Amino acid sequence: MDGIDLVVPPRSCFGLLGPNGAGKTTTLRMIYGVTTASSGSISVFGLDIAQNLRAVRSRLGVTLQQNVLIEALSPKENLLVFGRYHLLREPELTRRAEELIDFLELRSHAHVPVRQLSGGFQRRLAIAQSLINGPELLILDEPTTGLDPAVRLALWSRIRELRAAGTTVLVTTHYMDEAQRLCDRVAIMSGGKIIGAGAPHELVATRLAPETVEFDSSPAEESLLLDGAAQWARRLRAGKRLMVYLDDAAPLIEHIRRHDRGDRRPLIVRPTNLEDVFLSLTGTGLENNP
Amino acid sequence: MSVSFPYAVSIWRRNASMYRRTWKWNILPNFFEPVFYLFSIGVGVGAYVSEMGGMSYIQFLAPGLICVAAMNGASFEVTYNIFVRLIFEKSYDAMLTTPIEPDDILVGEVLWAVTRSCVYGGCFFLVLAVFGLTPLPASLWAIAVIPITGLLFASIGIVFSLRVPNIDSFSFYFTLFLTPLFLFSDVFFPLEERLSRGWLWVAEALPLLHPVRLARTAFSGHWSVIILWDLFYALGLTAALLWWGRKTVRQRLTN
Repeated sequence: MDGIDLVVPPRSCFGLLGPNGAGKTTTLRMIYGVTTASSGSISVFGLDIAQNLRAVRSRLGVTLQQNVLIEALSPKENLLVFGRYHLLREPELTRRAEELIDFLELRSHAHVPVRQLSGGFQRRLAIAQSLINGPELLILDEPTTGLDPAVRLALWSRIRELRAAGTTVLVTTHYMDEAQRLCDRVAIMSGGKIIGAGAPHELVATRLAPETVEFDSSPAEESLLLDGAAQWARRLRAGKRLMVYLDDAAPLIEHIRRHDRGDRRPLIVRPTNLEDVFLSLTGTGLENNP
Repeated sequence: MSVSFPYAVSIWRRNASMYRRTWKWNILPNFFEPVFYLFSIGVGVGAYVSEMGGMSYIQFLAPGLICVAAMNGASFEVTYNIFVRLIFEKSYDAMLTTPIEPDDILVGEVLWAVTRSCVYGGCFFLVLAVFGLTPLPASLWAIAVIPITGLLFASIGIVFSLRVPNIDSFSFYFTLFLTPLFLFSDVFFPLEERLSRGWLWVAEALPLLHPVRLARTAFSGHWSVIILWDLFYALGLTAALLWWGRKTVRQRLTN
């Protein structure tokens, strides 16, 4: 990690984005005090994490990348075990577990051993565990990686509900649609540094342009088509695919159609999104990402 | 950072709720091991031995095997099970997102291993009692040796487990450490009668020797000052290892 400066406003959802190996998980580990920074300071709820480890951790919840569940036990029992780590006592413990079983829709299999449950169900249980202490700050490390679209939608709506109820959410992801839907602000990391930060729509507006035209073309064809036109200078290539970012797509489409002379090349015109910003900042190649 | 007992207990309870489900598969097989030794060696081989250390062979064997049961109970827990929780299940990573600290994990796991050693050792003691091999009331003192043995081997095992790179290392621990201890710690034959004076001093280094001598003293009722040395060794080595273990567990779980 190298000189990271992050402020997560309370009661908001903050996204930490970056390719695999960018340092997202390490940043999270520093925030809940398992990895110590060699220099600098981290405060959570206004408390220095190094001095107030137990106090800070009692007020936050963390869903790790890997689900940590006891496979022989049921979801209900797993929640009770986790609640005891926070020293919750009966009847509060059972009340919290039951609430979360309803909140994350675990009721149908609440008493079945975890090893018999689907990946989506296990992920929901892992998130329920991290909510057992009613955290003020919820940290989610890649919450929806590997889940089907229905489960992802359901989880996003739960996360939005939590945020609306006053929980601060810090989420890492490399899904840009997830970040764009959930986050009020994002920071993009690469190689242990923050290389861009802001509200998703601001990042798109300031870094690129509102419209994107996407099509296949070789580098030679690209220079023939687009070189010399300043309004088409913002481009990104991933293999054969070319993305051009511009304020108005119409002139470029017309230009390409004229050039192709009736040969109708497939073109996609779409709003520029966070993924474009992400790729323009972190690169499209795989070489720098061992 | 200091140990907080309630957090350590929450880890103990985690393991307890898990073992309520799996004890048939985990606890039962290991429990039978000393029972088999008792009958195979004690009854079988014992038939060819008229007496050992001034008593019948099975009587000689009984107190040592209580300690072996306690040693096994603790050792399986703090080796394979801890390593699985550490590396594969990532249980400790999850605990460290709660107010639990590495020291609490160390204490909680050691307490649980001692509990398991008490289950093994206690059940074995009952088996002995059923066969009339526990002279009462003297042998009841041997029950106190069970948690002492469990604590000692939990401490040795946990320090080992937190320092090894992979799960294969445990076959060294069992084959090259626990098995020789089992065979050469006064359990099967009195070292005093077989070893020269110089080697007897060396044998004093063996951790299992001391609990075995304590248990045998309890069974015989012949108390001597040497048990003070045995207690000092067992508790002193435990304390030293746990002190070292605090640093080890922190290094392994954080950063």
